[in-house]
Amino acid sequence: MKTSRRDFIAKSGAAAAAMHDLAHAQAPDQGHEHEHSLVPSDPALRVKSLESLLVEKGLVDPAALDALVDTFQHKIGPRNGAQVVARAWVDSGFKKRLLADGTAAIAELGFGGRGGDYLQVVENTPTVHNLVVCTLCSCYPWAVLGLPPIWYKSAAYRSRAVIDPRGVLREFGLELPENVELRVHDSTAELRYLVLPERPAGTEKLKEEELAALVTRDAMIGVAKVAAPKPGGRA
Amino acid sequence: MNGVHDMGGMQDMGPVQREKNEPVFHQRWEGRVWGMMWLGSAWGKWNLDAMRHAIERIPPADYLRVSYYEKWLAALVDLVTGRGLVTRAELESGKPAAGSAKATPPVKAEGVPALIARGNPVKRDVAVAARFQVGQRVRGRNINPVTHTRLPRYARGKIGTIERDHGVFLFADSNAHFQGEKPQHLYSVRFTARELWGEQASARDSIYVNLWDDHLEPA
Repeated sequence: MKTSRRDFIAKSGAAAAAMHDLAHAQAPDQGHEHEHSLVPSDPALRVKSLESLLVEKGLVDPAALDALVDTFQHKIGPRNGAQVVARAWVDSGFKKRLLADGTAAIAELGFGGRGGDYLQVVENTPTVHNLVVCTLCSCYPWAVLGLPPIWYKSAAYRSRAVIDPRGVLREFGLELPENVELRVHDSTAELRYLVLPERPAGTEKLKEEELAALVTRDAMIGVAKVAAPKPGGRA
Repeated sequence: MNGVHDMGGMQDMGPVQREKNEPVFHQRWEGRVWGMMWLGSAWGKWNLDAMRHAIERIPPADYLRVSYYEKWLAALVDLVTGRGLVTRAELESGKPAAGSAKATPPVKAEGVPALIARGNPVKRDVAVAARFQVGQRVRGRNINPVTHTRLPRYARGKIGTIERDHGVFLFADSNAHFQGEKPQHLYSVRFTARELWGEQASARDSIYVNLWDDHLEPA
């Protein structure tokens, strides 16, 4: 019965929320007075209705909405960041520019804009490891990693990354030696952080595209290292 | 606001649960909400800080219970009604008020690349003196505003070092409430893990937090 306490809490939380909804349904005006943002029930239907209202009022262009969603589903994502990392591994001049001004350097590869306006790239070395979090919301370097995974936005990660970062890394399978300095970056302003992971050993002969294929999203957040390619296998 | 959103340092939230091959959006409506928030902001009725504050105002039990994009939906409803784009009656009926004129959306499909490229420019090219210098010891102020703040609770009253001066940025805490940009210097402040969490933390670890002049005092 390991989960019984959390189950109980989940159920009582849902019950409390249902009562909250009920209270607002009965007295919507009073409910609005304390300036809470109320969580609507049945999001799919509510969103459909809201979208049709905003479109009918001419507030939002549905084709623009399609284009925006499509861009972040198919064009902007961690492969952008992987290209940046691979370039830094093979081109020391680029790496220097990247560490000095992340935003200007990623623009050389055609990346930038929202979620990359003020990009700071932090380098992992044998003695320093960097980890990125947003404890207050979900700030993330969209321009190079796309939209964040659910775990990055979860209460578990946001709460513990600053107080128990080594424990979090262990959960991700990364045991950080005690002699390595750990730097946790809490994204509390509009600066965004990209971790430049260490280039794994045994990759000296790989081309830039092959190197990029090794680089994972998690390594660029700092919860993992980039693994060396499997012997005999291609990147 | 000392809300449940200010999570840094809380415990017992369970293990970090990961999903293999996670899609960008799990359901179609999530992408629609996310996109409407952005396109809706093009009307200039709210900014990113106000949007964050709308999410923070979700009642704490709901905040912890519902999914990420359900929070966005709650905030979007809050913003479009609270900032005058949509009336409560329109929201409930799902129809524009009778006789209301149809607006022209500020962003069309062909304008989307430019919208993304424009980003969220919040750095300000104004001459404001920095109150602190790189290397200086500072303390996170012991403030507890009921309004939006980007000074996390765990850094209040704690001593850190200015690592970097990022220049002059608009101040999120006032911008969220449409009370002006109050441009001022933004820094990376390094707090040792032991300063924040005591002896249980590793002596080698540090937390870097971006804080503005108004969040800090000399130590």
